[in-house]
Amino acid sequence: MDALDASVPAISPRRPISASVATFRALVGSGFRRYATYRQATLAGTFTNIVFGFLRCYVLLAVAAGAAGGAPGGYDARQLATFVWVGQGLLNVVGIWGWADLADRIRTGDIVADLVRPISPVTAYLAADLGRACHALLTRVGPPVLVGALFFPLATPSRWQTVPLFAVSVLLAVIGSFACRYLINATAYWLNDARGPLAFWTLGSGVLAGLYFPLRLLPEWATVTLWVATPLPGLLQTPLDVLIERDPPALQAGLVALQAVWAVVMLALARWVQRRAERRLVVQGG
Amino acid sequence: MGEWRAYAALFGGRLRSATAYRTSFAVELVTNAAGTLIDVVTVFVLYRAAASVGGFTLDEALMMTGITAFAFVLADLTVGNIDQLETYVRTGRLDAVLVRPLAVLPQLMLADLPLRKLMRLAVGISVLGLALGRNDIDWTPARALLLVSAPVSGAVFFGAIFVLSAATAFWWVDSGKLGHGFTYGGRDFTSYPITVYGSWFRTAFAYALGFGFVSYQPALTLLGRPDPLGLPSWAGYLSPLVALAAVSVAAVVWRSGVRHYRSTGS
Repeated sequence: MDALDASVPAISPRRPISASVATFRALVGSGFRRYATYRQATLAGTFTNIVFGFLRCYVLLAVAAGAAGGAPGGYDARQLATFVWVGQGLLNVVGIWGWADLADRIRTGDIVADLVRPISPVTAYLAADLGRACHALLTRVGPPVLVGALFFPLATPSRWQTVPLFAVSVLLAVIGSFACRYLINATAYWLNDARGPLAFWTLGSGVLAGLYFPLRLLPEWATVTLWVATPLPGLLQTPLDVLIERDPPALQAGLVALQAVWAVVMLALARWVQRRAERRLVVQGG
Repeated sequence: MGEWRAYAALFGGRLRSATAYRTSFAVELVTNAAGTLIDVVTVFVLYRAAASVGGFTLDEALMMTGITAFAFVLADLTVGNIDQLETYVRTGRLDAVLVRPLAVLPQLMLADLPLRKLMRLAVGISVLGLALGRNDIDWTPARALLLVSAPVSGAVFFGAIFVLSAATAFWWVDSGKLGHGFTYGGRDFTSYPITVYGSWFRTAFAYALGFGFVSYQPALTLLGRPDPLGLPSWAGYLSPLVALAAVSVAAVVWRSGVRHYRSTGS
């Protein structure tokens, strides 16, 4: 921690890149440490992930048993089980739910403290969120996958490119999810209270990211529309499809590229919205 | 009488605060209703891929989904917000509740009554209505009674599960999402025919915890279908007893939890 003092260097193109990297890394570390302190909550959350893993896995396997050809949406039983169990772990890494920090800070006026810092709030919160995701990756993925592997036959990747592609896809999912959540939270700049949009997000993101059922079970026109027109499948469905090798390699690379496009678009949108908001923000004094 | 007036005042306060921001409240009403709808849409999507899941057709499964949807919505609307108890315990705000001359549980229920979930009730009833319309039920007085008693008992049962889950916060403040595995997990479990689950998992949830009597057994009795898992058809009428047992356990745990509570002192 001795690297941090009052003169934290700004992340700016005019500064040496090493200084920007050091600041970014310090912020990632702080995000990691913040979540590392909630040890009991991590344990409780893991238990719930495992219960839902069993529920979803049994239902989807029963669907596979009843489907013509035994492969609903083009997934066999092993792929479905892997989809569910890795999905229960990945859900926490991507963190689609339960982030209202920014909205709360806007409502209370604490956001002022973020604005006077020499780093754009989007960059600072992204760094902290990457730290959170690292913590979730280390603690929340292993247990459900292990339990899943103990009780069900899981699919293992057979192509060498799957693992690096999966890693890239997870990183893009975290960035895309962060940008979406930032935008939802940022509605508080205009509405003062983001509870409505947050509820709407919780509802839409779970089902349209592929948490409730693999999106390929929908009619094809709906699947294609979702993939191309929204960032949501990129939050969960794409990394999981990559891992279980649902598609040929070229199509998988294409899906990850689409995910990257959406992550960049959403992040740029978040920065733009933040700049617009700063121009009109009136912090209520007190 | 004075006690009832106090409860009515709590409810009135809640009503006024919920409707203070009309637009936000309207958005929340609609969003919440859509949330219940998505659970039902999931059932339709899964049945699009398979004509029969766990040996049941879509129409038969909807009977279970319908009873569960109605029962869960009723419980979630009245008791669901008890999961805020964790915050009350952590911040010590429960002190203020304890010093009032009223029972703790009704106070918490009324003070946090989630009126934004009101529209869910309409969705829950519609799903049950849809299930009744799509199945050819041989009506008898006993079955008509079951149609009322099953959702109500289910609601009481889910209410007890909500209270039990929330009460863990008395011993384990950071229990967080632990209870969701049984409340929302229980809803998901009872939305499908229990034949889809693996045997030990089914035994634990359906028979040991009692979730099998919320919708699966009553739906079989309504449909006049023998249970492929071997329970007799009168098992469908057991749900009030199961609910009563769950309430007794919840009451004991809740009381000992309140006694166990230590304030934060702040």
